[in-house]
Amino acid sequence: MSIAGPSPATPLPAARGGAQSPFRRIVSDFVANPVAIFGLVLLAIILVLALFAPLISPQNPYDLAQLDVMDSRLPPGSPSPNGGTYWLGTDDQGRDMLSAIFYGLRISLGVGIAATVLALAIGLTMGLVAAYAGGRVENLIMRIVDIQLSFPAILIALILIAVLGQGTGKVIAALVTVQWAYYARTVRGAALVEKRKEYIEAAHCLALSPSRIVFRHLLPNCLPPMIVVATVQVAAAIALEATLSFLGLGLPITEPSLGLLIANGYQYLLSGKYWISFFPGIALLCTIVSINLVADQLRDVLNPRLQR
Amino acid sequence: MLVFIIRRSLQSIVVLLAMSVLVFVGVYAIGNPIDILISPQADQQDRERAIAALGLDKPLWAQYWSFLSGVAQGDLGRSFVHSTSALGLILERMPATMELALSAMVIAIVLGIPLGLWAGLRPNGVAGRSIMAGSILGFSLPTFWVGLMLIMVFSVMLGWLPSNGRGETTLLFGKIPVSFLTIDGLRHLIMPATNLALFNLALLIRLTRAGAHEALLQDYVKFARAKGLTNKRVIGVHVLRNILIPIVTVIGLQFGTLIGFAIVTESVFAWPGMGKLLIDSIGVLDRPVIVAYLLVIVTIFIVINLLVDILYSVLDPRIRLTEVKG
Repeated sequence: MSIAGPSPATPLPAARGGAQSPFRRIVSDFVANPVAIFGLVLLAIILVLALFAPLISPQNPYDLAQLDVMDSRLPPGSPSPNGGTYWLGTDDQGRDMLSAIFYGLRISLGVGIAATVLALAIGLTMGLVAAYAGGRVENLIMRIVDIQLSFPAILIALILIAVLGQGTGKVIAALVTVQWAYYARTVRGAALVEKRKEYIEAAHCLALSPSRIVFRHLLPNCLPPMIVVATVQVAAAIALEATLSFLGLGLPITEPSLGLLIANGYQYLLSGKYWISFFPGIALLCTIVSINLVADQLRDVLNPRLQR
Repeated sequence: MLVFIIRRSLQSIVVLLAMSVLVFVGVYAIGNPIDILISPQADQQDRERAIAALGLDKPLWAQYWSFLSGVAQGDLGRSFVHSTSALGLILERMPATMELALSAMVIAIVLGIPLGLWAGLRPNGVAGRSIMAGSILGFSLPTFWVGLMLIMVFSVMLGWLPSNGRGETTLLFGKIPVSFLTIDGLRHLIMPATNLALFNLALLIRLTRAGAHEALLQDYVKFARAKGLTNKRVIGVHVLRNILIPIVTVIGLQFGTLIGFAIVTESVFAWPGMGKLLIDSIGVLDRPVIVAYLLVIVTIFIVINLLVDILYSVLDPRIRLTEVKG
């Protein structure tokens, strides 16, 4: 059980042929941990549910013709008028919570992944440029990174939302602004090490253009730590978006993410109608935990210091 | 040391100025507070009078300039909504936030360090593994949702604790209202403080565990044991002292994060602090309060970071302050 984090005691499979490709080694290391497998399976299920939400959901929760206000705030397990069951109850609009959660997962994951990909692209570029260029450019970029990382993410995101206004695009912009610094710092660290190796020197001798050296030679060799950071940051982005949406400063009500579903149930919580907030929270929790479990194992597997 | 502090303070002023320009321009660019503050039935004359009264008719640079000259005199502008000093509004709510953040930090330290030590000393025991699994949950659980669940269980289902507000407060030093000195206040404080503490609790557990785990393999521990010291003394004095340096740093730096995250907890538990004020102000575009809040919080952060750097060098003489990047 290596959820205890990157500890040297992490069991790695002992038998490993020298001829194994790195990819196969990584796969075999990864599957050696049952907890990581559990996380991966859970994550796969969540992704499938999110991707195929319109096909799987018992009802389209945003088609007003399918909603009946008479069905509002029914507890879990209540029968629905068309012969089905509201397994997780209904919200104040008579919406099936199970369907709302599937659609919510779709939006939460979509926003989280979009923000991560953009932040990764920006952070990678900035970090590589800083490491490769050095001097003033590096100083400027890293100083911005340092200042930004000394403030909590939620605070920066809130400031940006206050400054930019609300909307899906703006939430993604806020998440990207919060997160690019983590990538920039990580990739710079990796690139500073790689930069001194012979193959970069060889590339210089071949008179390759700087952009070619940075993106074709330096970048691929800096990727492993970035994969780990990106996985963790997807979970962080999803949690941050949910928090912003819960505070009423995130996604608009036309894009009901898990955070908005939870916020929506907040007012009914005090009257004992727990399911409107409870189940979307469980979905959010499962998503974040599964991503973190996978990331934890990836960190152990990709960490060169732990490899024999 | 003195040179370091002066240099850092100068840098901080630059950061503050840059931040204030960015936020001022940004907040200025979104929406028009007049649309929210004046009733739609108001005629053109009323509108113009209100705009002039709030100083919104002047160009942006003039507004910023009058804001800056106000700052120089300790005046961060007047709230559009409350028509009182924005800084006053924030300072009025600061004790509530500070009390919440401090209580959360105390909870995290009192529980986190012993649990982390326990897990670090017996990494393969059932308790050690459970503690670490629990700490993963502490990282993964979204703060606001845990808050809701606490309310659901302890307020709605069991009816033990109140779900919002500060309860009865008493004045500390005759000035500062605090909740923790009255039974009713404590009952109001315990849930939000626990909620806010969770993340740092998990962090401290992991940090202490990692430190203890590493320290146990060091020569000085072997030597202490060889000398025949009791287990209690080896761990309580030799191990703890050596792992305390990173822990103290993180506690210091995390205090700022706690103030930041208090925004969420305050919103869930309707705790009348600065964070709740910020969320309300963003909702009604109360620009002076937003800008003032940010300046106050950035100042708090800069002070905390500076103090932590100084403390760090006091705790570990090997670190010289000139080497620490500002």
